[in-house]
Amino acid sequence: MEIKKGIGVSPGVVISTAVVLDAEDLVIPRRHVEPEQLPGEVNRLSAALTSSAADLSRLRDDVTGRHGKEIGAIFDVHLALLHDRGLVNQIVSEINAQRVTAEYALSVVMRRYASKFEQMTDRYMSERVKDIYDIEKRLLRTLIGQKREDLAHLTRPVVVIAHDLLPSQTAALDRKHVVGFATDVGGRTSHTAIVARALSIPAVVGLGNLTGEVTGGDTVIIDGTRGVVIVDPTPEQLAEYRELAKKIEYAGEKLKEIVNQPAETLDGHVVSLQANIERSGDIDEALEYGGQGVGLYRTEFLYLTNDHEPSEQEHFEAYTDALKRLNGKPLVIRTLDLGADKQTQARSQNPEQNPFLGDRSIRMCLHDIPMFKRQLRAIMRASVHGDVRIMFPMICTLMELRQSKMVLNDVLEELEDEGSPFRRDIPIGMMVEVPSVAIMPDQFAKEVNFFSIGTNDLIQYTLAVDRTNEKVAGLFCPGHPAVLKLIRDVIRAGQRNGISVSVCGEMAGDPLYTLLLLGLGLNIFSMNGPDVPEVKKIIRSTTIEHARQIARRVMSFDSERQVMHFLREETRKIIPEAF
Amino acid sequence: MPSVSRDVVVINKLGLHARPAMQFVDVANQFKSAITVHKGGDEPCDADGKSVMQMIILAATEGTTLRIDAEGEDAPKAVQKLIELFESRFGEE
Repeated sequence: MEIKKGIGVSPGVVISTAVVLDAEDLVIPRRHVEPEQLPGEVNRLSAALTSSAADLSRLRDDVTGRHGKEIGAIFDVHLALLHDRGLVNQIVSEINAQRVTAEYALSVVMRRYASKFEQMTDRYMSERVKDIYDIEKRLLRTLIGQKREDLAHLTRPVVVIAHDLLPSQTAALDRKHVVGFATDVGGRTSHTAIVARALSIPAVVGLGNLTGEVTGGDTVIIDGTRGVVIVDPTPEQLAEYRELAKKIEYAGEKLKEIVNQPAETLDGHVVSLQANIERSGDIDEALEYGGQGVGLYRTEFLYLTNDHEPSEQEHFEAYTDALKRLNGKPLVIRTLDLGADKQTQARSQNPEQNPFLGDRSIRMCLHDIPMFKRQLRAIMRASVHGDVRIMFPMICTLMELRQSKMVLNDVLEELEDEGSPFRRDIPIGMMVEVPSVAIMPDQFAKEVNFFSIGTNDLIQYTLAVDRTNEKVAGLFCPGHPAVLKLIRDVIRAGQRNGISVSVCGEMAGDPLYTLLLLGLGLNIFSMNGPDVPEVKKIIRSTTIEHARQIARRVMSFDSERQVMHFLREETRKIIPEAF
Repeated sequence: MPSVSRDVVVINKLGLHARPAMQFVDVANQFKSAITVHKGGDEPCDADGKSVMQMIILAATEGTTLRIDAEGEDAPKAVQKLIELFESRFGEE
């Protein structure tokens, strides 16, 4: 049994069998298997022996052909060892007697022989220990490789354990059977995290050397809510987590009941819960969870999933498709927010010294007006198909906002000259995600129709924490009083200037902050679709008056620990199953 | 069931290393008899004559005396052939 602490990036609990990717270092911990799985392990061993022998024969013939029989004969020894029935029988007995995996039994037997070789006094003979290691590695690779290849055609649910998940790996996954992820590295914005949330499966990242401690076939518990992974759980832990998983499932069922009810407090205060999406195809699911529109359409994925910059037509088709799926509900399109942690192929070739403070997002767009215009033209052309709104990201100065609006005006003129239809009255907004804006929001509020607070970046820039860096990610906290003060000021500035304010960072979908944001006067919460029901449940279970009291109390605290503790207590009073 | 035992001395320079061991096992596998090779001396041990790994592990260097035990209907023939291998120095010096 082993308990590992990491960063929970997608909530929920799952108990399942592990599949390990990328076990390059080939550390084989002792792993027991159930008696009924033993014949399977023996079969895996024979399959690995057969396929390794075939590889070796090919290798021998190839080497013999190029370097002669003498050199090729080296592989004859390896082949003879693979065919050594005495040796194979020993490994098989080890599997059965100790009830362990094929790779573990193989390792034990091979190491036993290796140590005998090392004890030999004859140098010429003791040198052969290298052959033993060589064969062991070859067989282990084959054994582990078998599991890797199986990932595309799984027959039962598994959790995927990897150093890091690459887009090419998640693309090949059999999504029906993958029920959880756990990785050695990564942060909240890593690819693993995004995919896990999109699939609504629990995920924990930043676990250190998890791949070295789990073997394929192990039972693993992934608790994405608390950021914990338990390898080879004890019967007590299994029982505890089965209970918890059942509770979560039950709560999930209950939450579905409120999908079609309004996000309205007990005393009649109504807010809007919207969805963050990455591609237009995400909209259907977001609506199923009760999203009342899209508060954030991250258009980067159009750029990241293609090997070329998307054409105006490709943009147009994506936006039109999104608007049609929304059928009149609002769609806030955030213009290109590339850079920093989201790099295209071309840009990653010339890395910046400090990308989070570099040429990213709106800065990049203003440096490449033709590219910026292609996206804006597509949005405006799509505007006739529904309620579209434009949002500029990473605005730091009024000048940037004005420049962006000027580019947009150019686009409108062009479209008018061409006679292309578009809607002139669409709302223009901006992200509030850098302190320079949050500190003086009134000036900006006078020049836009709406604000959307991007808490992820706002927190990162306010607290000087890169949350993708696991060494400091623990310092990243939405509950820091300085962050809360900025959020409060932005919401107030919005109210004073009569523009709407939303939060589209992860804070909006975290039930811990629902009461606080509601009490601070937030009207639009934009979050991942699956988070909508729980946030709605909290809103429907309280009064605006109570939420305001909580917000006042929170704003009097001077540490994030007090804030978190208080909010946890208050939220638990409303929905005990939340934490 | 006939059983045959004979002593033999390793006379090739490099001893019973991997390639001679393979040759030994190849020959041993041509017979139905169970074949065991015993090494005496300070660290006595037995090897299954049909397992390359165990034969290598014997670490029988030049000058080592080994005892070949064979049990089965073709035991005399098996031992005869195996002794010939040693006498031919496994085709080495």
